Amino acid sequence: MKKVFILSGLLVYLLLSGYLVIAATKPPGVGGVLPEIILSVPEKPEHQKYLGLAGEGRFTIPKIKAKVVLIEIFSMYCPHCQGNASIVNEFYRKIENDRNLKEKIKLIGIGTGNSSYEIDVFRKKYNIEFPLFPDGDYSIHKMVGEVRTPYFIGVKIGKGGAHSIFFSKLGGIENPDKFISLILQLSGL
Amino acid sequence: MNRYLKILMVLVITPLFLSTYAFGLSEAFKDNIYNPGKLKPIDSILKVKVGEKATDFTLPSVSGEKISLNQFKGKKNVVISFVPAAWTPLCSDQWPGYNIVKEIFDQHNAILIGITVDNIPTLYAWTNQMGKLWFPVLSDFWPHGKVAKMFGVLRTDGVSERALFIIDKEGILRYAHVSDINKRPNLQDIVEGLEKLSSQ
Repeated sequence: MKKVFILSGLLVYLLLSGYLVIAATKPPGVGGVLPEIILSVPEKPEHQKYLGLAGEGRFTIPKIKAKVVLIEIFSMYCPHCQGNASIVNEFYRKIENDRNLKEKIKLIGIGTGNSSYEIDVFRKKYNIEFPLFPDGDYSIHKMVGEVRTPYFIGVKIGKGGAHSIFFSKLGGIENPDKFISLILQLSGL
Repeated sequence: MNRYLKILMVLVITPLFLSTYAFGLSEAFKDNIYNPGKLKPIDSILKVKVGEKATDFTLPSVSGEKISLNQFKGKKNVVISFVPAAWTPLCSDQWPGYNIVKEIFDQHNAILIGITVDNIPTLYAWTNQMGKLWFPVLSDFWPHGKVAKMFGVLRTDGVSERALFIIDKEGILRYAHVSDINKRPNLQDIVEGLEKLSSQ
């Protein structure tokens, strides 16, 4: 009994300390929900405003003030992510310049295996305006099934943290206009 | 020993042995990457010392020319990046990152040299997937790993360590870092090494 108690305690400790991450064997599927991805509230006020967040601390993706959140899993070390950065920027700007879509669709990037310094290098290199988050220890990458990059996940946000994945696909954006149409169609916006 | 002290030691020490092998992989390489799994972190003994003069070497590059360390003497600081092997997960996602920060090297009047123990045709096919690299990639294939051995970064299985060296314009080794082969060094390590060089 004591052994069970100690082992249980050890397991809880490891999970809480972040040494153990429940790794997914496949990417989040359409119709499912996101794993418990916890991100730090961005420091830049413009990013906080964009996501509808305030102050310091942490948040989960369904807390973002939007009807649809698109998550790009990328890496500054990934040639395809580098090559696709300008098209992703174009996609972002088209949404931001559309009065109807601006408040409904938000875009974030998660830099798998990238430190804060590295995502900042990527942001500056490609003039990225949407928020990027580091995943230096690959913990988020493991939660999303260790996908290759770039990988896009689209999440429809409901009330009270309810959400569902409507898009989950490997590869970059080929055409921003067609991608917007696809997102609108699949999310039902 | 007190039973509670033993439990506490288990709680503190166990995580140290649970470090996981993780890597991201670009779609650029499709399904062509061989995963060797988690390897012994470091499997060689460094033979060079910071502050000492770096020994010259000459190696063939993927572009066809031969590159010598001494050709940069008096002109450029040199950053050498040894990566273990072509077509493996972490190595494939290391140099493409350096490829977008040429400005940082330029700011510190530095050139980057990538070296592996693979042969030229292998390096040619592999680096083609990374886009056009601005820095030379050298093959330390034959005599096998001669330069890696000279630095003390040739592992017992014939591949090199994942290692970084910074040699100043005078040919003096100013920075040496052998990473755990299973982990990509943070870009910040190179930048800090170059900044130190500029401040000296």
